[in-house]
Amino acid sequence: MTKEELKSALEGLIPVEGGAVSGAAADGDSPKGAAADGAAVFEEGAEWLTMKIASGDWSTYARLLRHTPGLSFDYLFCVTGVDWRTHFTMVYHLTSTVHRQVLVVKARLDHDHPVIDTVSDIWRTAEFHEREVYDLMGVIFTGHPDLRRLFMTDDWKGWPLRKDYEDPINMIKL
Amino acid sequence: MIEELATTDAGEMVVNVGPQHPSTHGVLHLVITLRGETIRKVEPHLGYIHRSIEKMCESLSYRQFIYVTSRMDYLSSHINNHACALCVEKGLQVELPARAKVIRVLMDELTRLASHQLWWGAMAMDVGALTPFFHAFREREAINDIMEETCGARLTMNYMVPGGVMADLHPNFQKRVKDFIHLFRSKIDEYDELVTGNVIFRSRMEGVGRLSAADAISYGCTGPTARGSGVRCDIRKLAPYEIYDQLQFEEPLETGGDCFARYLVRMREMRQSLSIIEQLIDNIPQGDFQAKTKAVLKLPKGEFYSRVETARGEFGVYIISEGGMTPYRIKFRSPGFSNLSALDHMARGYKIGDLVAIMGTLDLVIPDIDR
Repeated sequence: MTKEELKSALEGLIPVEGGAVSGAAADGDSPKGAAADGAAVFEEGAEWLTMKIASGDWSTYARLLRHTPGLSFDYLFCVTGVDWRTHFTMVYHLTSTVHRQVLVVKARLDHDHPVIDTVSDIWRTAEFHEREVYDLMGVIFTGHPDLRRLFMTDDWKGWPLRKDYEDPINMIKL
Repeated sequence: MIEELATTDAGEMVVNVGPQHPSTHGVLHLVITLRGETIRKVEPHLGYIHRSIEKMCESLSYRQFIYVTSRMDYLSSHINNHACALCVEKGLQVELPARAKVIRVLMDELTRLASHQLWWGAMAMDVGALTPFFHAFREREAINDIMEETCGARLTMNYMVPGGVMADLHPNFQKRVKDFIHLFRSKIDEYDELVTGNVIFRSRMEGVGRLSAADAISYGCTGPTARGSGVRCDIRKLAPYEIYDQLQFEEPLETGGDCFARYLVRMREMRQSLSIIEQLIDNIPQGDFQAKTKAVLKLPKGEFYSRVETARGEFGVYIISEGGMTPYRIKFRSPGFSNLSALDHMARGYKIGDLVAIMGTLDLVIPDIDR
């Protein structure tokens, strides 16, 4: 499935804003997340088709992406949290073992209250990946069955992968 | 092995295995809930070797950060380095000389062989056969010697750099690799005679730790773990990099989904790697081993993702660049992390003795999981 075919398949499925964000500026840092009315926005210029959505829509869209026959995104291979100082971006890399197309979904989260729905009930692998993001980035996944620290000890203070994190004892900035 | 015992109200016993336990092959801590000898739940506790490599890389240049990645999956260090180099090259849009590509693939496959050899020895040792370990290490030593000659290191090679490889092949390389292939062709048959057909070994492996194809996909399993359940997931086939699309090799698939299926996949993969090396060793093109790159690398603003197939599965490097000399954010998608997440599901209902066999066939490398 080519990028264009995937794009048109998605447009039939979820509300998408017409104008795509273009060029290399189309990263998580651009002030624009999803469109104001909550419609998804496609990003051009990347290797794979990238779709920006409003964080509140994620669990609904995730279910659609997983269960729509022509798409069947059954394999979530990478979950990343990015701290942009003013906001967070959650990046989900999805692919299908049937159709082999790749889709990147990005959701913008508020910096003071980074909250997004869990998808661990859709893709089991998300359970560990989301725990990792919570542990290192401090993003809360609502509905996660077991949201605890994963690498750090239970009484650890702070979120090590955030940009403003300072630890004078365990220095990780070289 | 047993640090503390506790019995719950339901008559279940909680047993801690690790973080210092021979069968976990590293500092993995498992909290196992048992009823009698039957496993009810396995809960991995991670982080004993967490070094926050992702954060560290944010302050390292694009030439430096590759060296840290050798310390993640130390048995596939070439392939980790390869993924990082590929990702940086995507950003720089450098075209590699043909010689560099072939050297990289040769090194990757030798690494895969060495990794699988170690796994085979350790796996057999886990289920009680000590001799195979010495056989495996004898042959693995030959690969380490080849690596040492060309890369100057035996474990953390740091040989792949953005634009190609660090140095040209040692003049002895071709001859020594050919000698090794000749030797290993007969040894791998010996491996099969020694272990694969063994009745005790098979009874420990067959029907144990079943993982269905749907679960393997849902848990994000890759590599031999998923291929043992019949899931096609070899990145060398699905998204070929370097010259893998020009090579003749097959992706071994087994449908059993049990420990023995995963075992067979790895044994077949070793033969495939041998065949790839044989195809290339007489056809290493002449020319440069490195493309010309600037001394200080700067990636353009944007995002770059590279995927490669390590000995354990899919390894991904995700770089977010703001245009500077260091990555703004870097994410490593390690195969062991996702494979481990399926352990609880695979082990439930089996006996505690089976857990060692199941963990063995997952081929866990803990620094790769903790990062």
